[in-house]
Amino acid sequence: MDLLGFARGPAFWGALAVFFLGVVWRIVSFALLRIRRDRNRPRNGMAKSIGEGLLVIGTRSWPHREFIGRTGAGEALGYSYHLGLFTIVLLFTPHIAFLGSLLGFTWPGLPSSIVTIVSVLTATLFLAVLFRRVTNPVMRLLSNFDDYFSWAITMLVILTGLAATAHVGARYETLLGLHILSFDALLVWFPFGKLMHAFYIFPSRAINGILLSRKGATS
Amino acid sequence: MSSPAFVGIATRGSAEFMSPTSQVAEAMRGFSSEIGALSAFRLESCIHCGICADSCHFYIATEDPQYTPIWKVEPFKQAYKRESSAFAPLFRLFGLKREVTAAQLAEWQHLLFDSCNMCGRCSLICPMGIDVAALIEQARHAMFDAGLAPKELYDKAAHQRQTGQPEESAEPYRDQLLAIGREFNVEMPMDRPEADVMLCVPRTDIEHYPSAVAALARVMQHLGVSCTFRSDGLVAENYGYFAGGKSWQRDISLRLIEQAIACKAKTLLVPECGHAYTALRWEAADLYGKPLPFQVRHVTEFLADALRAGDLKLRAAATGPTTFHDPCQLVRKGGVQDAPRAIMKALGVELHELENHGGFAFCCGGGGGVLDIERAAPLRYRTMEIKLREIDDTGARTFLTTCSDCRRTFDDAQAHFGWDKAPESLLELVAASLVNAEGTN
Repeated sequence: MDLLGFARGPAFWGALAVFFLGVVWRIVSFALLRIRRDRNRPRNGMAKSIGEGLLVIGTRSWPHREFIGRTGAGEALGYSYHLGLFTIVLLFTPHIAFLGSLLGFTWPGLPSSIVTIVSVLTATLFLAVLFRRVTNPVMRLLSNFDDYFSWAITMLVILTGLAATAHVGARYETLLGLHILSFDALLVWFPFGKLMHAFYIFPSRAINGILLSRKGATS
Repeated sequence: MSSPAFVGIATRGSAEFMSPTSQVAEAMRGFSSEIGALSAFRLESCIHCGICADSCHFYIATEDPQYTPIWKVEPFKQAYKRESSAFAPLFRLFGLKREVTAAQLAEWQHLLFDSCNMCGRCSLICPMGIDVAALIEQARHAMFDAGLAPKELYDKAAHQRQTGQPEESAEPYRDQLLAIGREFNVEMPMDRPEADVMLCVPRTDIEHYPSAVAALARVMQHLGVSCTFRSDGLVAENYGYFAGGKSWQRDISLRLIEQAIACKAKTLLVPECGHAYTALRWEAADLYGKPLPFQVRHVTEFLADALRAGDLKLRAAATGPTTFHDPCQLVRKGGVQDAPRAIMKALGVELHELENHGGFAFCCGGGGGVLDIERAAPLRYRTMEIKLREIDDTGARTFLTTCSDCRRTFDDAQAHFGWDKAPESLLELVAASLVNAEGTN
């Protein structure tokens, strides 16, 4: 079995299994902890709290007016590279074909040249994010192995993808094999680190929004 | 950063003999025992973006990264991941999370107590939606269990738990209250066997603002409300909440709960005291173990209801340009945002809002017990400058609030900075603007 065959064969399925089981375990592990009942009389009823809590999923996507001056640029940088990643993953035709083989349906993609430009931009933004993490005193203080490793593994997937698309450095099959292998590695790492925020972000916003709304507190 | 010693230990009786290692073990046990699904989810959700720093007045004033709100719970995040998270064995195996040390926890006393007002502003900025303030409150519980509550808070909590008063006083508060009634010529309803509304009072008001105590009694009398103070449950404050002593917080709340039940009160009225509202309105039932058999209302909510019902008539108050400080525990965390503004509107107040107001207001700087921690004063003054500047920028001549601890913090700032403003009580303004049935005041 060559590298490509291994990467998209046993390595991929093994990584997918680790990803799936890991993600499920990480979520189930919360359910094993106790959930405290709030016995204080709520200000808002359940329906209103849920409605307002769900709204927080959207409203927390951008800083409140009071914070925007201090955090707007940082958040814009964060959202920009996420947007780039989504574009690459979901709108690059070969990715669509791959996802389609798993999901059973496909959708139209963007021309390769545009995705390549987006990829270069995303990689640049990703470098800026790393630069910010190591130069911003707050982020540097908070950062640990998880932050840097998650960054590195994601960057590796972007760079090998770019190399494969541009046919730079080795045979296409080898480059593609390395790209898929790096993606397999990302899948394996996913449940163990901060990449899990992809699953947490919306429930976290909603749950806290609901709890704050119960009290009529600001969210 | 200063490295506070295990201050609480010196005050904790048997804990004096506890080794630092045992202290850490106890703190981590305390924290782990409190970790429910929700807190674990909050700890897991942090992506280390550092954005919460930009909401915190301690960070904004100093630009010191240690004041980043989520960093204030770092040892507890570390302990949770190492001890009880989904992949805790892997964290231990690969040494990704080290054991929390005694020195580390002692260092964090400064971050969890001296430099956090538990104001909750950080909970509004997190893009992951984490309620950072809730985590900090839990971390304080663990610090208390480890004997690391600051001495001032610990001592007051211990005293309040035992006697009902956070500190000794020359005269019992009951007698002081009755004396205030005589001084201000208003009846102090005391120890009535039954009443619709049970009143309590900030000891800050008894000691520093007796006119606010008189105002409360006067307004209740004016409204003809069946109400009473109870000498066995007078004090609104809860130093157990500040110190992080959960069981002490419960015991202190129980004094009021039991008295309210004894006099068959339908309402426990929280006076102008922010954290008392949090402790009674949003935490007491959980500590009591069942829903409270009465409602808990802040005095401004009660007055706003009376205004709406037409029971309360107020004449215009000639306060000139006025600004208002939103107490964090009442407004941002407690949801009492509209009531004070409805009252100010009824008073015809020319309100000039602060740049950051309502749920986004900056803390006065004294909340969370910080005002009581002596060594925290220099940092507190530094952070307060943000707030004082905002107040000055409104151009207001009058400055109102609805929390006596906030009021005391600002009065302290006035003395420290030679500031030209003094906060006034909205309740006192209401009491001075009452219009009786005949339309005279």
